[in-house]
Amino acid sequence: MDNGKTFWLPEKASTFTSIVDPAFDLYLWISVFFFGLIVILITVFTFKYLRRRPDQLATAQITHNLTLELSWTIIPLIIVMALFFVGMKGFLHMRVAPSGYMQVNVKGQKWSWSFEYPAGAVNDTLVVPVNTPVKLAMTSRDVIHSFYIPAFRAKADVLPNRWNAIWFQATRTGVFPVECTQYCGTNHSYMWTAVKVVEPEVYQEWLANASDPGKGKTPEQFGALLYQKRGCNACHSIDGSKGVGPSWKGLYGRQETTNVGMVMVDEAYLKESMMVPTAKIVTGFQPVMPVFQGVLSEREIAALMAYIKSLK
Amino acid sequence: MIAHVHDNINYLKTKKGIMSWLVTVDHKRIGMMYLASILLFFITGGTFAFLFRLELWSPLKDFLTPDQYNQFFTLHGVIMVFLVVVPGIPAALGNFIVPIQIGAKDLAFPKLNLTSLYLYWIGAAVALWSIVAGHADQGWTMYAPYSLSQNPAVLWMMVAAFILGFSSILTGLNFIVTMHTMRAPGMTWYRMPLFLWAMYATGIMQIFATPVLAITLILLLMENFFGIGIFDPALGGDPLLMQHFFWFYSHPAVYIIVVPGFGITSELIAAFAKKDIFGYRFVAYSSVAIAIIGFIVWGHHMFVAGQSELADTIFSFLTFFTAVPSAIKVFNWTATLYKGSIDLKTPMLYALQFLWNFTIGGLTGIILAILSVDIHLHDTYFIVSHFHYVAMGSTMIAFIGGIHYWWPKMTGKMYNESVGKLASIIVFVGFNVTFFVQLIMGSLGSPRRYYHYWDQFQIYHQISTVGVFILAIGLFTALINLIVSLWTGATAPANPWGAKTLEWQTDSPPPLYNFTETPVVTHGPYAFETEKA
Amino acid sequence: MATVTGLPEHHVAHHFDSAEQEFDSAKTGMWLFMASEIMMFGALFVGALLFHTLHHGGFAEGSAHLDWRFGAVNTFFLLTAGLTMGLAVVSAQAGEQGKVRMNLILSLVFAAGFLVVKSLEYAQKFEHGTLPGRLWHAHHGFSDPFAHVFFGLYFVMTGLHAVHVLVGMGLMIFALVRSSRVQFSRSYFTPIEMVAIYWALVDLVWVFLFPLLYLIR
Repeated sequence: MDNGKTFWLPEKASTFTSIVDPAFDLYLWISVFFFGLIVILITVFTFKYLRRRPDQLATAQITHNLTLELSWTIIPLIIVMALFFVGMKGFLHMRVAPSGYMQVNVKGQKWSWSFEYPAGAVNDTLVVPVNTPVKLAMTSRDVIHSFYIPAFRAKADVLPNRWNAIWFQATRTGVFPVECTQYCGTNHSYMWTAVKVVEPEVYQEWLANASDPGKGKTPEQFGALLYQKRGCNACHSIDGSKGVGPSWKGLYGRQETTNVGMVMVDEAYLKESMMVPTAKIVTGFQPVMPVFQGVLSEREIAALMAYIKSLK
Repeated sequence: MIAHVHDNINYLKTKKGIMSWLVTVDHKRIGMMYLASILLFFITGGTFAFLFRLELWSPLKDFLTPDQYNQFFTLHGVIMVFLVVVPGIPAALGNFIVPIQIGAKDLAFPKLNLTSLYLYWIGAAVALWSIVAGHADQGWTMYAPYSLSQNPAVLWMMVAAFILGFSSILTGLNFIVTMHTMRAPGMTWYRMPLFLWAMYATGIMQIFATPVLAITLILLLMENFFGIGIFDPALGGDPLLMQHFFWFYSHPAVYIIVVPGFGITSELIAAFAKKDIFGYRFVAYSSVAIAIIGFIVWGHHMFVAGQSELADTIFSFLTFFTAVPSAIKVFNWTATLYKGSIDLKTPMLYALQFLWNFTIGGLTGIILAILSVDIHLHDTYFIVSHFHYVAMGSTMIAFIGGIHYWWPKMTGKMYNESVGKLASIIVFVGFNVTFFVQLIMGSLGSPRRYYHYWDQFQIYHQISTVGVFILAIGLFTALINLIVSLWTGATAPANPWGAKTLEWQTDSPPPLYNFTETPVVTHGPYAFETEKA
Repeated sequence: MATVTGLPEHHVAHHFDSAEQEFDSAKTGMWLFMASEIMMFGALFVGALLFHTLHHGGFAEGSAHLDWRFGAVNTFFLLTAGLTMGLAVVSAQAGEQGKVRMNLILSLVFAAGFLVVKSLEYAQKFEHGTLPGRLWHAHHGFSDPFAHVFFGLYFVMTGLHAVHVLVGMGLMIFALVRSSRVQFSRSYFTPIEMVAIYWALVDLVWVFLFPLLYLIR
């Protein structure tokens, strides 16, 4: 089976290859053209104008030609501007996950990866269904790592105390290597795992059977439970009414006005609000929220986020 | 007439003894001491690379542990960046040549020049001490929080880089002032050789960029010692801020590294084609343009680090503008060869190699500005290859070419030309065998700084290691050829290459005050004649 | 050559062609050096402004714990020293060696005054425990967990600035020594001019530091 590997690029297994690979190939040919042109000209000139007598001088001192100089300024400029647009367009597509994605949270630490699934399953390889957009929200437990799936052309750094996100859509089943690509110490080059892409039915079956820390709920259900069990309901409503804190209805994805300016309510903001509640206070509310750092487990935070996101 | 005529003799002979060298303020002696030091550190840094490339022969352990491998690539990077290629051409060749090319008796601040040299030696000593003091393995890029481990070796390395930074700033300052105030009568800005324009552009970057590195290092040290909470996320800090500070210096730094190479290439091509550089003003301005644009593109090292899409897009857009001045230079140098009288002497072979390597280095740099493609290529061997093509294949090659070009002037001796040519060819082959395959390895997905790798990459690693052997042989041949000439070389005439810049209008080696009469400049630096029809 | 004070005239260093070239070089060099210093402190200011936005609460708290009166006195000291340095330049150009020395000594006194006030401030911080990072042991008055970041930056910025004040004092002493070795005049007043330019930078940095750390909330 042809996995799409070429001389320069590895096997193809995601939709991103149809963005990255053509851009790479286009650039490769532009480079070959210009490199070839320069090398041929230099070689031809060197041999044609080689000094044959020790006192031989140049045949002409041509010091400028405005047409030529403007041409080789403007033409490269046009080419690189075109390359910029190609790159930007592809990049924005690769950065912004389409709606309907499935999310997995990724934790990196020296020197392993762990993947946390919606139903509470935690795994050391990333299992995903084929032809489905998958978003990875990633954070590190210690130093900066980087999550790289060469076959998917996907990569992002993974930082402590921050969540970076990438998404991808696998186009065929198989097992594809995942590597850490930001130096992180002794076993940096052993910090690898794999993405296992399977048919959707196989994925569902796997997910159902995967180890589950006793809850057996969807993340939204678990989050709803926590909403009551952890006392969030004391200050935050879910029907839009204002309490001691902002209502969770329609919260996620909203632009909020805070005491430090406008913020987008995304995973990073939600987590910060739980860990350091006084960092950004929504206008019209007091800085009275208790700190949940050390109180909520990562799984519980993820469940709450899923619950908040579901409250449209 | 120059005063003190009685001691205006061959600068190597004016005073004798080690002390006369250690307290000299003569820019020529200072340049030679820098040259010797830099070559020594080049060999040291190269040895670390040689050893870890041997380790990479197989994917499993050959003779280094993962920790040792990590320390070796760190030391290789720190030594090569801070002790070799950043000071490199300006300190070793610039110090010697700039005053003479400008027609002056010395730099504007000779004592400051000696201070720069001592700062360099002290910084180097501290850097070497850090090798003994512990196991620094954080890479030359020292990203936080990994570099916040309070490892003493890492801390000494930061102190070393701080000291070396001041050496760099003072050298740049000295060159810029010299070019403003000490040009010989008749030497207008547009009659200055392009090597001087390149040194000027480099000086701007040294003065404006290096202080930011100083602050980055101070803050890293404070974070290590006191945990002030600026970079360490556990303490409320932002690791991305460290990257911004670091690259704000380190991107201009890579132009500090390569722009002097541009200057040398102009000199070599003009001299060995007996031609005025095509588009002199474009070439001069493009060095300055690169220096300025180089300050606003640092974020292209951080496309996947977690900055906003807007920041990524802006940095990508601006980065493409650095391509144009570089492209202009390559086209201008190529056009200079047209209808010239080309002599393939050793320095010219290095200049032509520079064109080959820099074209590849530049092209592989521009592809990284393409955002979608950079996501795939970032932090792979593709990057490693790109920066070696520019820092080594361009800068070091130009440096070695410049050493050969000015060797007769600096030492009064001619090296063996045949051996020089041979060494140059071996270096060319060795360099490209080592680094071209790394482009392929990288685009196939092999991460950098990897001790262990997948089996399918072994063939590329082995080719690369073989290349390193060839490269080493070429470099040592060149070095030995030069050193032997000090004893057995023919006496050099004042102008062995028939070049037109001012340094060739005085003796080889020059007298203490560079000229016996203050030169008066009446034409441009490359005013070669043409064949009678 | 005999001069009014009997001090020898300055001899142009012999790698220069003229006194004018020597002075132009010194001045150009000094301004370039100042540019590099501005880049250095500028980087710190950028960092401070960023953290002011990121940890606004902590910064406001930290800033409130600084006594602006100390800062105001220090501003007065530095700017006055700047004035006396300017007067020293004028005196040097006029060849008034005695006045040059007097102005240099006054500048030294005010600079020393700055350092005394700074030491008092630092001592107070030690007492209150508002020290950077791991050394923090402030017991009361701080509710924001990031107030210590403010103090970390406070010490780095004012510390670096204080080092520059100390160096400036060293330069003033050097200029004092020069003033007893060589005659200043309209055609040679370089050392005083250079120290004055350096001191202008010290003042400039402080003029931004003071509002940033002490005044804005």
